[in-house]
Amino acid sequence: MTEAATAQPNRPKPVSWRGLAVHACLITGALVMIYPLLWLASSSVKPSNLIFSDLSLWPARFRLQNYIDGWRGAALPFSTFFLNSFIISCLAVVGNVMACSMVAYAFARLNFAFKKTLFALMMLTIMIPLHATLIPQYALFYSLGWVNTFLPLVVPKFLAVDAFFIFLMVQFIRGIPRELDEAATVDGAGPIRIYWSVILPLLTPALVTTAVFSFIWTYEDFLSPLVYLTSMDKYTVPQGLSLLMSSKGASSWGPLLAMSLLSLVPLFLVFFIFQRRLIEGIAATGLKG
Amino acid sequence: MDANNNVAAFLFLSPWLIGMICLTLGPILASFYLSLTSYDMFSAPQWIGFDNYIKMAFEDSRYYQSLKVTFSYVFLSVPLKLAFALGIAMLLNRGLRGLGFYRSVFYLPSLLGGSVAVAIMWRQVFSYDGIINQVLLKFGIDGPSWITSTDYALYTLVALAIWQFGSPMVIFLAGLKQIPQDIYDAAEVDGAGPIRKFVSITIPMLTPIIFFNFVMQIIGAFQAFTPAYIISGGKGGPADATLFYTLYLYEQAFTNFQMGYASAMAWVLVGIIGTATAASFLSARYWVHYGDER
Repeated sequence: MTEAATAQPNRPKPVSWRGLAVHACLITGALVMIYPLLWLASSSVKPSNLIFSDLSLWPARFRLQNYIDGWRGAALPFSTFFLNSFIISCLAVVGNVMACSMVAYAFARLNFAFKKTLFALMMLTIMIPLHATLIPQYALFYSLGWVNTFLPLVVPKFLAVDAFFIFLMVQFIRGIPRELDEAATVDGAGPIRIYWSVILPLLTPALVTTAVFSFIWTYEDFLSPLVYLTSMDKYTVPQGLSLLMSSKGASSWGPLLAMSLLSLVPLFLVFFIFQRRLIEGIAATGLKG
Repeated sequence: MDANNNVAAFLFLSPWLIGMICLTLGPILASFYLSLTSYDMFSAPQWIGFDNYIKMAFEDSRYYQSLKVTFSYVFLSVPLKLAFALGIAMLLNRGLRGLGFYRSVFYLPSLLGGSVAVAIMWRQVFSYDGIINQVLLKFGIDGPSWITSTDYALYTLVALAIWQFGSPMVIFLAGLKQIPQDIYDAAEVDGAGPIRKFVSITIPMLTPIIFFNFVMQIIGAFQAFTPAYIISGGKGGPADATLFYTLYLYEQAFTNFQMGYASAMAWVLVGIIGTATAASFLSARYWVHYGDER
């Protein structure tokens, strides 16, 4: 693995006809891929009657009113939905980063009874489909009186239920030299001290990857809020969109598409800021995406 | 190590232990118990033995429809998605300028893909007067009403899945970079053409990555929910043409409050995904090569 990294075969070659043909293919492909998103952006500022008749990406007439109408939303303004989504997503980030790093530290560095069995169990839980645990979880949260609160969406993150983040961090910690831990032990540091002052600072790249993916997946999640949040003032952005879609007639595509685009803005921002980290995170661990 | 370390370790493990027992292991066992009952959430579960499973197997035609839809979706979307992912990854692995740009553009859809906004966008793209049909019209083709036609609705969801090939592509790209160039050089000296090199070097060297991507995509595809829910208006329509397994499970559990029946469905889903994963791992012996020579 390491030798292949040094024998880097991919250096830009001089321009050739063949290279140009490949670029032409890729650019066409990229345009096809991105076209629906560009169409979404342009349609969001078109009057509803032009959305389906005007093919050009540059709108003949701009109608920013779509955003105002959309924001007022179905029953509640989108500010409510955005605020709810941000609260839930940020708490999920904090939960995953804290809980998964603690557990990963134990698996990567400490010795304890049943370590192998527990690690295998942890890996197995990654494969269990969400739907298999959904109904009893619902019954549990229902009996605790947590339905229609953010707790069922947030508390599981503090209990490290997204085990693939643990796996990601275990892999990363294994790459941190053990000598650092040993030096700290000699200086009299215990496991808590080592975790906090040695491992966590060096784990930052993995923590950032975890934070970014936690944010995106929680923000995008539709099924869990659909199941647990029942009153509109608790709805998240995806639920708000679904509500807007079902409550409006076909004539108001403009506001619906405007809010759809707006709901993607936080994801675009995260993508542009953390592009490298996201792509490396996917490449290194094969996280879904 | 000493007992002291055990105490510290279980302190660190405690969030996960609590979560695993209360939110994963406990629920999955409870789910099995509930699958043998009639349960509506509001009164205590009534033991009915294997009736839910019998009903599923012999009496519920919508259940069969949901199986058919889901399997069609998995069998179509996973190979096509992986083929696109590998094809584009190979094009990108030629030492081109602008690799970072292309990689980001192709990856972006798979990052946004799970969102409701993208499903809404897709619904418009494939609507009767949407852009797909407008483009077809330029070529003189009068396109069908994709979303509301029982013949095509599922294919629009397959198309949406393929559109999100970016994440397996990134993994393929990382794998391709690990193949040492000297193997290709040696093959070239022996007179191997591009096709021969692809079949005899790229594919065998990449089998562990193909395998990994395959398993992950299969597991994900069986659980597809959001796009089907949004595009079909939450009902799996038209005429159950997009009634995904998870959609039917959701409907049984949270619309009809047939929680026992839905639990049985969930257990069968665990069985299906487990079998598919196990079968992949068993078959891997015959086609996945882990390079020992390096």
